[in-house]
Amino acid sequence: MFVNVAWHSLLNRKYTVLLTLISVAISTFVLLGVEHIRHEAKESFSKTVSGMDLIIGARTGQLNLLLYSVFRMGNATNNISWESYRELATDPKIAWTIPISLGDSHRGYRVMGTTQDYFRHFRFGQNTSLSFAQGGPFVQLFDVVIGAEVARKLGYCLNESIVLAHGLGQASFSVHNDKPFRVTGILRPTGTPVDQALYISLQGMEAIHLNWKEGVKIPGKQISDHDIEKFDLTPKSITAFMVGLKSKMTTFHVQRQVNHYQKEPLLAILPGIALTELWQMMNMMENTLRLISILVLFSSLLGLSTMLLSSIRERQREIAVMRAIGASPFFVFLIIQTEVLLISLSGIIVAIFALVIGIFFAQPLLAENYGIFINHFVLNRETLGILGIIVMGTLLLGLIPALSAYRLSLHHGLAVRS
Amino acid sequence: MHSDSPENSTTLASDPVSPIIKVKDLHFSYPGKMQSAVLDIPEWHIARGERVFLKGPSGSGKSTLLNLLAGILVANKGSIEILGQNLGALSARKRDRFRAAHIGIVFQQFNLIHYLTTLDNIRLATHFGSKGKTGLELTAKQLFEALGLDKALITKKASNLSVGQQQRVAIARALINAPEILIVDEPTSALDSDTRDAFMKVLLQISQTQGNTLIFVSHDTALTSHFHHVVNLAEINLAGGSKYVC
Repeated sequence: MFVNVAWHSLLNRKYTVLLTLISVAISTFVLLGVEHIRHEAKESFSKTVSGMDLIIGARTGQLNLLLYSVFRMGNATNNISWESYRELATDPKIAWTIPISLGDSHRGYRVMGTTQDYFRHFRFGQNTSLSFAQGGPFVQLFDVVIGAEVARKLGYCLNESIVLAHGLGQASFSVHNDKPFRVTGILRPTGTPVDQALYISLQGMEAIHLNWKEGVKIPGKQISDHDIEKFDLTPKSITAFMVGLKSKMTTFHVQRQVNHYQKEPLLAILPGIALTELWQMMNMMENTLRLISILVLFSSLLGLSTMLLSSIRERQREIAVMRAIGASPFFVFLIIQTEVLLISLSGIIVAIFALVIGIFFAQPLLAENYGIFINHFVLNRETLGILGIIVMGTLLLGLIPALSAYRLSLHHGLAVRS
Repeated sequence: MHSDSPENSTTLASDPVSPIIKVKDLHFSYPGKMQSAVLDIPEWHIARGERVFLKGPSGSGKSTLLNLLAGILVANKGSIEILGQNLGALSARKRDRFRAAHIGIVFQQFNLIHYLTTLDNIRLATHFGSKGKTGLELTAKQLFEALGLDKALITKKASNLSVGQQQRVAIARALINAPEILIVDEPTSALDSDTRDAFMKVLLQISQTQGNTLIFVSHDTALTSHFHHVVNLAEINLAGGSKYVC
């Protein structure tokens, strides 16, 4: 009965109600959206570093090392010499290593020089290893494996010939056009930055830079594919390397060993700890965002209760009629609260729909521009908790018009005073 | 649900001598204005089935009296007994239920909740009065027929009805729970003379057939001829002094 009366009462004022509903929907959307993206961004970062125990690079900040080595954000300040890498990699405590060499790009996507160990040992998400949608790892010098997103966006197929560019950036003027690469493998999508890069062997990386010096092509110096085999293609340095240990117990021991390495200044980081540091830095911004979205919500709920409060005056007659046919003041109170609830629940439903659709469209944009992979919006315990708080807040603010109606029906009785 | 009031009323109803409404030593003043009493009625009775025309200038306490009879306000002193039930002895909740079940009220205007259909308006009344929920539509249609209303109006929104139609639907709504008492507060003042006469005719007819006790409040003394008794509130009410006496 409440719902029927409240529903028709709302329909009767559909334009004001619709506007109020939209405002509740927007604020709920903002609050849930901020929470979801915050949660998913963390999730996305954490699942990218799932298998490795340590990341080792030239001495820099631990966040910097983490961001450039795994998330392809920012640039390395210095490299590690190949000798140091080999020496550390042969340590008996270490199970495997993945060397990475960065610096080149292809149409805005980064190119990473590595070894086949990358496809063998790299883990993402719930300890999943990389797998190929088509083809397989690079074998030849000028073979390239491409990530799922690169293949999709640029429309590359197996055996396609591509040219890498020196340095980063979408429109590079210095390209390695003398050394085209052949696509030998396309990785399955992972939902991590892995999808957005191209992978070549360290030797291939070395080979395309043979006729380069200090980042510039040496004019007139051309090396034919045949001549290349005469050169020693062992890299002189790498950017960083990921490490898997035989036993997690030795993590801190190895870390200390690397940090005190005598021959050159190195840094070993635990990706999980570096991420925690990142979250701490983001904390302030997160809280600010959250505070803003809570204030937006509060103001829209206040708008809802204002709308109903101003309607109470014009509803005096209606209230008198209800009283005449035997409605208690409490019934009148409940009608108003039911209206409040109907508006806020509809607003929440609209917000959830908008969020599901919005995230569906935002997913590729966030992945491309920020390397952040957001899952579909689902109702979990946390979001349900937030929704519960929103409903409670609505009912609390709904007390203002509902109590006003209650008082009116109690004191004015059958008489209508204008 | 209704405690013992229905039982009481039935036993008393079988006694023709006992009045349906008994007012005794009634004192009422609004909170905060204790010294200026609005109502002071030493004694006033209305017999079962009686048709009473209650008149009195504005400010004489008519609406206060109606609120007291309907159980929305409670007397400061004295008692109002309806169907043998002392209203002051009931809790607010029980008074609301008592009103729903035993008293039908028709106002001057705006009797219906305008955003509901006619049927939903009537259904809301049966929601509060516990009797006659079954066969509601049938009863509503019979009432509509008796009131000379087109049955098609039953599914229409109240706001789409003319004022005259609304007033008749209001009677149907007031009578749907078969109340013993029907209180009608200046029901004709918003009607033109033709609709007024038609309205009076169906009102008197239907209350006669249903055997309701009718309390009719109006300024319009031209209508007094339809009633058994004409009561001037100023005569039975001692409060307010001589300024109200005509």
